[in-house]
Amino acid sequence: MKSFRTSRATACPLPFANIDTDQIMPARFMRQPRSEGGYGRFLMHDLRRNADGQLRKDFNLNDPRFETAQIIIARDNFGCGSSREPAVYALVDHGAVCVIAPSFGDIFASNSIRNGLLPAKVSIEDAERLLASETVLLGLEICVDLETQTITAGNLHVEFEIPAQWKVRLLNGWDDVDLTLARSKEIAMFSEQRTRAAPWAIPRRG
Amino acid sequence: MAQTSAPRTIADKIWDLHSIAVNPEGDHLLWIDRHYVHEGSNHGFGQVAARSGKVARPDLTFGVADHYVPTRSPEPANDEIRRMIDLLSANTARHGVELFGAGDRRQGIVHVAMPEQGLTLPGLVIVCGDSHTSTHGALGAYAFGIGASEVAHVLLTQTLWQKKPKQMRISVNGALPHGVSAKDMALTIIARTGAGGATGHAIEYSGSAIRALSIEGRMTLCNLSIEAGSRLGIIAPDDKTISYLRGRPFAPAGDMFERAAEDWLAIVSDPDAHFDKELVLDASAIEPCVTWGTSPEHALPVSARTPDPDDFADQEKSRQLREALDYMGLKPGQALEGIAIDRVFIGSCTNSRIEDLRIAAAVLAGRKAQVPGLVSPGSKAVKQQAEEEGLDKIFIDSGLEWGNPGCSMCVGMNGDIVAPGERCASTTNRNFRGRQGPGARTHLVSPLMAAAAAIAGHLTDGRAMLKGRTP
Repeated sequence: MKSFRTSRATACPLPFANIDTDQIMPARFMRQPRSEGGYGRFLMHDLRRNADGQLRKDFNLNDPRFETAQIIIARDNFGCGSSREPAVYALVDHGAVCVIAPSFGDIFASNSIRNGLLPAKVSIEDAERLLASETVLLGLEICVDLETQTITAGNLHVEFEIPAQWKVRLLNGWDDVDLTLARSKEIAMFSEQRTRAAPWAIPRRG
Repeated sequence: MAQTSAPRTIADKIWDLHSIAVNPEGDHLLWIDRHYVHEGSNHGFGQVAARSGKVARPDLTFGVADHYVPTRSPEPANDEIRRMIDLLSANTARHGVELFGAGDRRQGIVHVAMPEQGLTLPGLVIVCGDSHTSTHGALGAYAFGIGASEVAHVLLTQTLWQKKPKQMRISVNGALPHGVSAKDMALTIIARTGAGGATGHAIEYSGSAIRALSIEGRMTLCNLSIEAGSRLGIIAPDDKTISYLRGRPFAPAGDMFERAAEDWLAIVSDPDAHFDKELVLDASAIEPCVTWGTSPEHALPVSARTPDPDDFADQEKSRQLREALDYMGLKPGQALEGIAIDRVFIGSCTNSRIEDLRIAAAVLAGRKAQVPGLVSPGSKAVKQQAEEEGLDKIFIDSGLEWGNPGCSMCVGMNGDIVAPGERCASTTNRNFRGRQGPGARTHLVSPLMAAAAAIAGHLTDGRAMLKGRTP
């Protein structure tokens, strides 16, 4: 898995609450294989474009200032809704490494960690400060540091929260499956004990 | 994990019985009793293939085709869609996973078919790469939706690393008024908590109004937990749960069932168990609800009016409401009753079970729909049952289309979408922008309210049309 330590990049403000995963990655594109050109081109497709397919000039992702932004700043409940990990793929394939918001959908945040994308949770006030920051709005770089859990945008310094478990995983780029497979014996023993304790939990067949 | 003597919730008890290990950061490695896969699980299977791995416990993994299967025509809409269905067949066959495929009589929406088959049982930890996996908590399972990387992890190890969620209890007491359903209860709750109000929490639903719900109603309620932000909702098993499960194909039988039932009825929260959040509602005050905006939290009684953004001091809130009204093509302060609709959809993992179809049919019998609509039963079994009861004829005679089981127009993945700008009264779970198709306008309602909207041609309190009729 990709690790995350520090990112210095421009940040794209998306001052909306409840940006759900249907909007981040519309369902109709999920039948395309990711291997063919990645999902970046589908990122927020219907928010970025008018019904006729033209890019909307008033949507920040289309603004030249934020074209190379690797950080997204949004309002409450980013990534709520569907469990679709392709929403995270769309962000990552677009080049994003971090989303800053006051809260995240639980499944989205969990999916992010597993793809090296940092969900940085800030207070509502700090999210508003960042959204209004001159550094951000001028398209200048800001800095996100995971070790110290801080975001620096010009003179503005804010802290962000992340569960300790996720921080360790992101810093180290650990692969969950490898960690788990190292415990195969323990798992096998547990499975046997579970079957003895609750034999009814095994599906009845035939 | 050693059991403590401190009072515990249902979620605590199931969690403790499934915790294999704890890492230094406090994540638990959980044993997974059931893993359900569908067409969307292809990214997970892809990760397994990338490691040249194999499915650790194919005997605990079950597949069903639902997200991409055609529901209005015999064949998939195009080759891309067909490929998604074929990919599921290939992946499950390669790993020896039992599949309820498109042609199987057990096929249906994963959250309808798996409980029907007796695969979902109380006390199990169940996962699926779908956020509405919370549905299975209606039977007392600890069930939650996961992403593709987690799907791969479960396929490879039959376990998952999880941080224990906080806990929230939602108690609903008293009796729901006649014609008010679990859907209205859920929408009322979400309007109260907000779409992110239960984020990070496991919900336990309790109280006399919950006990009074049928198993189908409980599934509708638990299904919508994720729309309040919670990955799971649980209801303590009771006699209704036991009756529902007895005789189901994969459920235990004979003496084993009796033993299981004893274990299941012990799955209750201790009297003094701690909940981090509490919400108490009076069922008798709940009215038929409808969403007016673009988030499930935009739910109001049908007797209400759309909000006026100018009434909100918070400028950001005001702007959000205005944007939602604009997208929906509605005015501030507009009465919800009377909003003209273009079509209805009755289906989805939220409201496509036999009880849902019965109440819609009770209202539609002998009446004509003013707008087109699709009724998609939740499973082949539901479809068969409905046809035995003659419900299909009622829907067709009223002018609605009787379709096949699948996720269908709830999410539009199979090509069944609501046209841009069209307004749909829908028994589904998400009124997000573009959810039912680009530019589609969704009003979430109960099956009774969808049927009434079809007859009236506009949103209306369906209770008037239920007078003198019994589902």
